[in-house]
Amino acid sequence: MTDNILVLGGGIAGIQSSLDLAEMGFKVHLVEKLPSIGGKMAQLDKTFPTNDCAI
Amino acid sequence: MMSTKGMKKESMKLVEEPRIGVFVCDCGSNIAGHLDCADVAEYAKTLPHVVYVKENLYTCSESGIVEIKNAITQENLNRVLVASCSPRTHHPLFSSSCAEAGLNPYLFEMVNIRDQCSWVHMGKREDATQKAKHLVKMGVAKAAGLEPREEIESSLIRKIMVVGGGIAGLSAAQALSDMDLDVILVEKTDHFGGLLQSLGTLETGETAEDFLGRVVADVQRRSNVTAYTGAQVKSTGGYIGNYEVTIDTPEGEVTDKVGAMVVATGAVPLIPEGIFGYGNKGVVSLMELEQHLKNDTLEKAGFSGQRMVFIQCAGTRNAKREYCSRICCMTAVKNAMTVKKKYPLADVRVLYRDMQMYGAQKEQMLWDARGMGIRFDVYDPENPPNVEAGKVSYFRTVTGDDVSLETDLTVLSTPLTARQGTGELANMLRVPTDQNGFFLEAHAKLRPLDFAADGIFVAGAGRYPATATESRTQGIGVASRVAAILFKDKLVKSAIVAGIDPASCVGCLSCLPMCPYEAITYNKDARVCQINEILCKGCGNCAATCPSHSALLAGFKPEQLLAQIGAA
Ligand SMILES: Cc1cc2nc3c(=O)[nH]c(=O)nc-3n(C[C@H](O)[C@H](O)[C@H](O)COP(=O)(O)OP(=O)(O)OC[C@H]3O[C@@H](n4cnc5c(N)ncnc54)[C@H](O)[C@@H]3O)c2cc1C
Repeated sequence: MTDNILVLGGGIAGIQSSLDLAEMGFKVHLVEKLPSIGGKMAQLDKTFPTNDCAI
Repeated sequence: MMSTKGMKKESMKLVEEPRIGVFVCDCGSNIAGHLDCADVAEYAKTLPHVVYVKENLYTCSESGIVEIKNAITQENLNRVLVASCSPRTHHPLFSSSCAEAGLNPYLFEMVNIRDQCSWVHMGKREDATQKAKHLVKMGVAKAAGLEPREEIESSLIRKIMVVGGGIAGLSAAQALSDMDLDVILVEKTDHFGGLLQSLGTLETGETAEDFLGRVVADVQRRSNVTAYTGAQVKSTGGYIGNYEVTIDTPEGEVTDKVGAMVVATGAVPLIPEGIFGYGNKGVVSLMELEQHLKNDTLEKAGFSGQRMVFIQCAGTRNAKREYCSRICCMTAVKNAMTVKKKYPLADVRVLYRDMQMYGAQKEQMLWDARGMGIRFDVYDPENPPNVEAGKVSYFRTVTGDDVSLETDLTVLSTPLTARQGTGELANMLRVPTDQNGFFLEAHAKLRPLDFAADGIFVAGAGRYPATATESRTQGIGVASRVAAILFKDKLVKSAIVAGIDPASCVGCLSCLPMCPYEAITYNKDARVCQINEILCKGCGNCAATCPSHSALLAGFKPEQLLAQIGAA
């Protein structure tokens, strides 16, 4: 088995999975269709309920 | 975090002559639009020890980082100052970039000319520029006195204690065990399964018994899960990676060491004492209905197949209990459908404020329920339904008329509430609860399964009302949060921690109550206070309190701070 993991989609779910997997010691390849990662969250200004900046 | 271990020996030496590089960030127009960054950069060149200055469009961009790294090697920098945004978000990036270029990351300093200059003094370009210069001057003065530090390392025990053996705790135990980690599962009652043990059929169509049975059997056959029932956590001590736990079990006290802890203690449905005629014959809670359906005792409860009325939000979304329990709309509709299937001629009604059937299939469930002939009527919380023996009266807001109905069984859909004893457990683990008594996660969006305290996690209905599916998802999710810590060889943490000089400490104990992390203990033999570096979060409370200046916070020592203030 290789230690490489492919994560498809660079929204908040994909990013968090990638971060946790990287922390566990796996090599993660995060693939996003658009020019930047962030997905929906990155398009939002403030997000409920903490009202902090989404980016 | 890039480790300081294995770095070149020279980089750990205290460098006599500071060679400081200053990087001023435009942040596009976010900073440069409101103050003169070029002027700030020019000014930085005149400051003592500054040998290199660069203005970047975005210092945090790939090219900005490369410029920092190149300058460190080419200009032989031994201190770096970035004047940009908030250290809270960007300090880790810049300091680890310094480390990658061979500079001890503790020789990096940052000033915030965005929040503190361009944002707050927007429209006052001259003032904002002046203040940015002052901040850079102060930062340079502090940077000159910074000292290299080595990151703190400690061991990690690859064992986890899971508290609570409901579906959330069982799922966490399964997933952790799958990752080859040892688990201690502690359940207070004599049986695993929590609330699911009392449920009949889930909205998925599967019985709770089948669903739960599979999971419990699987957990019990695992050799790396030690499961205790009739057991409670008596005490916990230690810190992330090295907790000491004592568990009261029927066979006696058990003491063990674990690296992380998971809280999955669930919630309890509210017993609707004193509201909507509860206590009279023919009035039951949703949980009681669920059990009557499971045990086939509906008729004993008074239902003759004529009429059943559900009242939603019973005992919640009011001044005393403001929250929405999320699962009751779905579970009431589920049970209304079960009743309607069994008694097709019965009049089944749901009185509600607003139906919250979140999730794609659940909304469909609501339409299916309407299609079966279940009626849904809106009631006004200011003028709630009145329940008397055998009768429910309510004001139907949509048509504006009063309705009074003979009813065999009234079902009160009550919320899941925080379990009694949550507070004691929270105190023992030093984790917070919210205004409703549920466990409070570190961040509602970014860290939903972590507690703010390192190494302790939360899953399931103890965190907030959740369905069994959600509780299971959270239990499995927690396993990956835990693994992200325990799969490492050792714990590496920031060296920005406090230390107490035993030579000058007189053991006055004034720092002890100031520490929010209980990282300070009194050593009776040596008669001095001591700091546990792993527990210390570097808040500096002790350093600010210590009358003899024996408590010092690395990176924020008096001489460093005084140099900074002196430059203001
Ligand atoms: C009427 C009703 C109907 C429902 N129907 C559905 C449905 O159809 N579908 C669905 O998905 N969900 C349904 N649910 C929700 C479901 O019951 C919960 O989502 C689920 O039980 C939550 O699991 P949990 O593990 O978080 O908590 P719990 O099931 O509450 O389990 C917590 C466990 O922790 C133990 N514990 C507590 N404190 C301690 C302590 N200090 N030390 C050790 N152990 C402790 C408890 O004894 C318990 O075993 C329903 C709920 C109700 C009330």
